[in-house]
Amino acid sequence: MSGQPFTGGFRSHLGRARGLGASHHGAGHWLSYRLLSVAYVPLAVWFVISVVRHAGADQAAVAEWLKSPVNATLMLLTVGVTFHHAAYGMQEVFEDYVHGKMAKTVVIGATKALCLLLAVASGVAVLKLALGA
Amino acid sequence: MAEFTLPANSKVLPGKTFTVAAPEAKRKKTFRIYRWDPDSGENPREDKYEIDLDKCGPMVLDALIHIKNDVDATVTFRRSCREGICGSCAMNIDGRNTLACLKPIEDVKGDVKVYPLPHQPVVKDLVPDLNQNYAQLASVKPWLQTQSAPPSRERLQSPEEREKLNGLYECILCFCCTTSCPSYWWNGDRYLGPAVLLQAYRFIADSRDEATGERLDALEDPFRLYRCHTIMNCTQTCPKGLNPAKAIAEIKKLMAARQ
Repeated sequence: MSGQPFTGGFRSHLGRARGLGASHHGAGHWLSYRLLSVAYVPLAVWFVISVVRHAGADQAAVAEWLKSPVNATLMLLTVGVTFHHAAYGMQEVFEDYVHGKMAKTVVIGATKALCLLLAVASGVAVLKLALGA
Repeated sequence: MAEFTLPANSKVLPGKTFTVAAPEAKRKKTFRIYRWDPDSGENPREDKYEIDLDKCGPMVLDALIHIKNDVDATVTFRRSCREGICGSCAMNIDGRNTLACLKPIEDVKGDVKVYPLPHQPVVKDLVPDLNQNYAQLASVKPWLQTQSAPPSRERLQSPEEREKLNGLYECILCFCCTTSCPSYWWNGDRYLGPAVLLQAYRFIADSRDEATGERLDALEDPFRLYRCHTIMNCTQTCPKGLNPAKAIAEIKKLMAARQ
């Protein structure tokens, strides 16, 4: 049923259905995934408008624009929401389609680590420009 | 990983052709039926039966019974009530899960393809093995649970409280919805599927039940509940016109409410 061949054995159907039990989490993930999606809508609109406005601008102009506390704050929020949302979304995809227990844990962990790395690097870049360091 | 093609020994091969309808028959229809015999060691095949619709009733189940009685007694399928209340004749007809007894033949354009419920082990021909589905149903304890002392008479409900069970209690557990759900196809060993989640919600929504919290506890799991991605195949296919997707959404709302 899960793409895994039936391996036989004498465990009852109910024993298999109950399995390892409920993990008692998932509601927080589900709720925050939706809240992040909602938050992403205005941030994405703002981000796209900002990028279009700076089409052809040089690095100095963008750095000057990011010195505004409002722009820097919104940019940091965009970075955080983007990578958080991406990590959650990829986790859902891997949980759906990757069935090896270890493989699933490894790819989800690696994706979260990559998203964290990219989020921190992007945040540092924004702060560097915003604070003029 | 998820498998998107059938294993080599499950590929459906062309089968026999039975021409039953007389040449002068006015209403001919061809039924293409999935056949698999576990004892033969052969691949499944698709047999064709061209029948005269004037020789049987109007529903797909009538045609199957006609074929079994008058043409080929080896065709194997489940049926009992022939009026959409037992859920036995759930199968995939014309690409959609439904009850053969409720599916009018005239609704199908061209040949009528009749296959077992998708992505379940097949016992024989159109008979799927639903043991795992029944066990998953048992795992959500689909019965009233209380701690209060039993009353000396019926447990009372207001009309408004009873109203909340409408659209839930009518489920006949045919598992058309569960076996139409891609999330169930990929993770059916852990995801409970729409039919079982609708049953779980039927008791969560019951004002007489006193185990709501424990029921939610048992469902809070990334796989048992949250593999539902609101694909809506369940609601589209339900031959009783129920809405399992809404029941699942209600469970998710209650989960969020107690965060």
